[in-house]
Amino acid sequence: MISMKSKKLTKYDIKNIKRGLFFISPWLIGFMVFTIYPFIASLIYSFSVYNGVTASKFVGLKNYIQLFQDPKFYTALYNTFYYAIIAVPLGIVLGVLVALLLNQPIKFLSFFRTAIYIPVIVPTVAVSILWIWLLNPEVGLINWLLSLFGIKGPGWLADPKWSKMALILMAQWGIGQSVLIYLSGLKNVPKELYESADIDGANGFTKFFHITLPMITPLILYNLIMGVIGSLQYFTQAYVMTNGGPMNSTLFYALYLFQNAFQFLSFGYASAMAWILFIIIAIIVYILLKTSARWVFYGGQ
Amino acid sequence: MNSQIFGNKKSIIETKSHISYGRTVKMIFVYLLLIIISIFFLMPLVWMISTSLKPLNELYSVTPHFIPKNIMWSNYKDAVNSIPFFVYLRNTLIYAVVATFGVTVSSFIVAYGFSKIDWKGREFLFFVLLMTMMLPPQVTMIPVYIIFKHLGWVNSLRPLIIPSFFGSPFYIFLTRQFMLTIPNEFCDSARIDGANEWQILWKIMAPMCRPIVWTIIVFNIVGTWNDFMGPLIYLNDESKYTLSLGLQQFMGAHSTLWNELMAASVLTTIPMIILFFFSQKTMLEGITLSGGIKQ
Repeated sequence: MISMKSKKLTKYDIKNIKRGLFFISPWLIGFMVFTIYPFIASLIYSFSVYNGVTASKFVGLKNYIQLFQDPKFYTALYNTFYYAIIAVPLGIVLGVLVALLLNQPIKFLSFFRTAIYIPVIVPTVAVSILWIWLLNPEVGLINWLLSLFGIKGPGWLADPKWSKMALILMAQWGIGQSVLIYLSGLKNVPKELYESADIDGANGFTKFFHITLPMITPLILYNLIMGVIGSLQYFTQAYVMTNGGPMNSTLFYALYLFQNAFQFLSFGYASAMAWILFIIIAIIVYILLKTSARWVFYGGQ
Repeated sequence: MNSQIFGNKKSIIETKSHISYGRTVKMIFVYLLLIIISIFFLMPLVWMISTSLKPLNELYSVTPHFIPKNIMWSNYKDAVNSIPFFVYLRNTLIYAVVATFGVTVSSFIVAYGFSKIDWKGREFLFFVLLMTMMLPPQVTMIPVYIIFKHLGWVNSLRPLIIPSFFGSPFYIFLTRQFMLTIPNEFCDSARIDGANEWQILWKIMAPMCRPIVWTIIVFNIVGTWNDFMGPLIYLNDESKYTLSLGLQQFMGAHSTLWNELMAASVLTTIPMIILFFFSQKTMLEGITLSGGIKQ
C-alpha cells in the first residue's frame, strides 16, 4: 500500500495530494470503471454460466474443467504459440538486419525508410484483404514470384499445413515500425565505441557482436515483450481472412475466445479463457524479464 | 606505445586503398539489398492499385501484369456505390476525431498530475498505471460490454468514444515522460507569481508540449481508423459501421469482385497515406519516443 515513512502528513502534503488526485481523476475514474471492476467481474463470470441476457448462474470450476477437456482449447493454444514462437523472433531478426542496412551511409535514406514503413499505416482490414488476394494459390502474386524460381507455391490460406505460415509471412510486411525503433537505437550508439574498436584493430563482425548488438538489446527486449503480448492476442487478421479455418488451423486463442463470447454467448466460458490467457501472459513476461538480465545490456558499463 | 601508434598509422595508410575498394563493394551490396527489400515492401501496394483498376476479365490472367489493358476508373465508382461508403467514412471520422480529442486532452491533464505535482502516492499509482498496460483487453472486454449493454449504448459509437475521455495509459506515459524533460523552473516561477495548477497546465505546459500532443493525435487517429474488434463488437446496424468493419462486410458479400474490393481498400488507405505525408516528422519522432529511446 502507500508507504507512510515516519512523519505525519502536513497540511501542505494533503493539499498536494488533493491537487494530484484532481488532475489524475480522469484516469483514476476510468481505471476503476473500465479496469478494476471488469477485472474482478470477469473472474466472477469465469465461475458462472452467463449469456448476457438471463441471470448468471454460479457453477464453480465447471468452465475451467470444460476448457481443459475441450480439444479446440488446445488447438487454439497450439496455433497461437506456433505463430508467436515463429513470427516474433523472425520479425526481430529481420527488423534488426534491415535497420543495420538503413544505418549505413547511404543516399536516399528517406525513400527506403518510407518504403519500409508505409505498410504499417495501411489499415489492418485492408492489409488482410490485400494479402488474401496476394496469397491466392492460382493467380496470387506470391505464388507467381515463387514460380519464377521454379517453385510451386503451396495453397497458403487454403492449406491447413501452410495457413499459419501465410499469416507469419504477411506479418513480416509490417516490421517497418520496429525497424525505425532499432534504427534510432543504432544511431544512438556512441561513435567513440566504434572508434576505439577500430584503433584496437577490430573487424566488422567483432564490432557488431561486441558493440552494436549489446547496445540495442534493450530495444530487442522491448520488441520481444510487446511482440509476444501482441501475438497472443492475434485476432483481426484471423477473423477477416480465414475465420479459424481451414480445419481450425488458424483458430487462434483470441478468435476462439471471441467466438465463445459474442457468437455462442457463453460469457462465462470466454471469461475463463480470458483469465487463463492473462496468467499465461503474466508468466511469459515474468520469465522474459527475469532471463533478460543475462543478455540485455544497459548503458553505463 | 609510440611504436604501436606509428605502426598502426603506417598500416592504415597502406590499407587505405584496400579499405575504399572493400567499402565500395560493401555499399553496392547494401544498395542492392535495400532495393530488393523496398520492392518487397512496395510491390503489394502497387499490386493493390493495379488490381483496383482492372476489369474482371483481367483479374485471373495466367501471367500477372501490372498495368491493366483497360484502366477501369469505374471500379472506384462501383465500390463507392455498392456499399454505403460515405456513411462508413462519416462514422469513422466521428470516431477518430472525437476519440482523439478526448484521449489527447485527458491524457495531457493526467500526465501533468503524474509529473509536475509532487504528492505522496504519485509513484505508486503511476506504477499501477504501467501495470495496466500489460493487461490483455480480453480480460476486461466482456464485463465492459455488459456495462454498455445495460446503459443501452450497444450499437452506437459511444462505447468506442467515451472511454477515451478517461485517458490512455500509453499516452499518459508518453506525455509524462515528455513533461519530465521540461525544467521545473517554469512551473515554480508561475506558482510564485500566484498562478494555480490549472492555469499553469494550460498557459505554460500546453504550448511547450506541442510535439508530444501532435504525436498522440497522429497515433490515435491511425489507431481508431484501424480499429476492427471494437466496431465488430459494438456496431450492429450497417448505418453505424466504420470503414474497417464495412470493408470486411463488403468482402463477405462480394468475395470474388477483387477489383472492387481493392478499390475499396485503396480508398480506406488513402487518408492514412495523406496523414502520413503531412505528419512524417511527428510520426517518426513518436516512434522513437514510444520505443523508449532518449532523444
